[in-house]
Amino acid sequence: MSTIAGRLKWLAALALAGVAVAGCERPPVDEVQRGYRGTAMVQVYNPRVVAKQAALNTVPEPLAAAPEGGPAAGTIYQNVKVLGGLSIAEFTRTMTAMTAWVVPKDAAPTEAGCNYCHVGGNFADDGKYTKVVARKMLQMTQKINAEWKPHVQGTGVTCYTCHRGKAVPEYVWFQDVDNTAAAGLGNRAGQNRSTPAINGTSLPSDPFTPFLLGAEPIRFTGATALPTGNRKSIKQAEWTFALMTHMSQGLGVNCTYCHNSRAFNDWSQSPPQRAVAWHGIRMARALNNEFMVPLTEVFPAHRKGPLGDVAKLNCATCHQGAYKPLYGASMLKDYVTALAAPVPPPAASAEAPPAEGETPAAPAETSSASEPVSDVPG
Amino acid sequence: MAMLSFERKYRVRGGTLLGGDLFDFWVGPFYVGFFGVTTAFFAALGTALIIYGASLGPTWNIWQINIAPPDLSYGLGIAPLAQGGLWQIITVCALGAFVSWALREVEICRKLGMGYHVPFAFSFAILAYFTLVVVRPVLLGAWGHGFPYGILSHLDWVSNTGYQYLHFHYNPAHMLAITFFFATTLALSLHGSLILSATNPRKGEPVKTAEHENTLFRDIIGYSIGALGIHRLGLFLALSAVFWSAVCIVISGPFWTHGWPEWWSWWLNLPIWG
Repeated sequence: MSTIAGRLKWLAALALAGVAVAGCERPPVDEVQRGYRGTAMVQVYNPRVVAKQAALNTVPEPLAAAPEGGPAAGTIYQNVKVLGGLSIAEFTRTMTAMTAWVVPKDAAPTEAGCNYCHVGGNFADDGKYTKVVARKMLQMTQKINAEWKPHVQGTGVTCYTCHRGKAVPEYVWFQDVDNTAAAGLGNRAGQNRSTPAINGTSLPSDPFTPFLLGAEPIRFTGATALPTGNRKSIKQAEWTFALMTHMSQGLGVNCTYCHNSRAFNDWSQSPPQRAVAWHGIRMARALNNEFMVPLTEVFPAHRKGPLGDVAKLNCATCHQGAYKPLYGASMLKDYVTALAAPVPPPAASAEAPPAEGETPAAPAETSSASEPVSDVPG
Repeated sequence: MAMLSFERKYRVRGGTLLGGDLFDFWVGPFYVGFFGVTTAFFAALGTALIIYGASLGPTWNIWQINIAPPDLSYGLGIAPLAQGGLWQIITVCALGAFVSWALREVEICRKLGMGYHVPFAFSFAILAYFTLVVVRPVLLGAWGHGFPYGILSHLDWVSNTGYQYLHFHYNPAHMLAITFFFATTLALSLHGSLILSATNPRKGEPVKTAEHENTLFRDIIGYSIGALGIHRLGLFLALSAVFWSAVCIVISGPFWTHGWPEWWSWWLNLPIWG
């Protein structure tokens, strides 16, 4: 009897050791120092994980440049509302690229090729909801590249930044059913669901509704060391912590990428990336409200969340675990004419198609993309 | 100087580990020994270097003086004095002084003919420090991963190092360490209050004995670990706290590079959930 008990103990110990080892990584690891020595402002990476990540974030080969000249697409094709000012060659090239980025040949048959958006035989027909969505998404891409430079800089975005060969981007979010306030003990206050988007914590699992759809204040730290009228609660801090955890997850970075944790709130002690992220939060919020929510009636029920809301974007939608989407490779540079800014409609005579490879005049910043210091109270 | 009651036993020749009779002497009430000499040497040199490092820095404010380790780019090599080299030498001095002190404790134990419990316990503290400034930096490949020597700066390092893993309270070894730290303080407070009560009876009553002490806890929790047992338990709790502290930091980085909450996905993925 005692030998069996002894063996069972050994088995249990072995199982525990197995869990401990299987749940861990091993040296050597890579670190990136991003502050003064000894401050632990350091990014920690497992090179074996990064190698796998890098393979998932390679950029597809750009299509051959379209020949210059030719009539505008809007003068040849019917119902071209967004890209009508492109030359017919550039227009065709853009449509080909979109097909490869969003509904490529190797996808499931129902989500591959032109007919995912177009009615076969009549490309001008708006009968499929996907075509209406795609048009809106083209406008969104142009707006991001033209007006959200404080966040996307010169790198810009294309359809591929989010879609990566999938009809629906892998990282989107819907409102959490749990988020609805219930009375009494059943109310989990949105917590304890341990989703991957928040690193499996017990923090609120949908920090996106208040911060990336609504504009609830993210800052909860008081302006002074002692409590002098700051009424923010620990519970509010947990919502902010959840959003920040999502940002870390989405970007594959730790908290010290944007903050010196000795004073999370202090801009003067924060790395410059925090300002870029500040604009990113406002960009995600604006895009959800200006482009995604208005599509709610367009999408069929099976594309919507359990509460009937449309798929929305957050940091992970573009970043997909990389500190810069696609590790900073710019695809936009090969598709400037179509995607860098809204394409002017075709001129009546259509004699001068837009010059290829030239960025439009520097866009004015949107009012929502003002200086980050304006977020600091007092 | 008057001798304390135990000094008659303490002031005996022999029991040294190194140096034979050469350092086997007392300065006033203090035993010296070979390791007393090395302790004094390392402590004096290290302190002098800290003061020199402070003189190179921007402040004499005791809270803000900071002797930082080298940049990560120096790897496991030697850095110039003003760029972290001082930190490296001070680290050697600190370990030299701590280990010397532990070995001096061993010599005193041998003179007293008692067990090595005191140096054994102190060696856990040294182990924790050694893990922080040697084992983990070596595993990560750079001395720059050690913590800086400064009252506030080392706290900033702790904070940022914790946030490198998003939420350090999810670190399983950190959970154990915290639990043991709280348990050891709880045990000490229970034991301390019990002894103070037993030895300070109300006026006119005699000092209480172990029978009373045992009875109190048998009444309250149904069990008394006993006068000897509480000291063994206290030692176990305290050393476990330090041991798991060392584990929780050495696994952060070398053996886990993500957020600590994510480590628990093996638990969330067990096939036992409905």
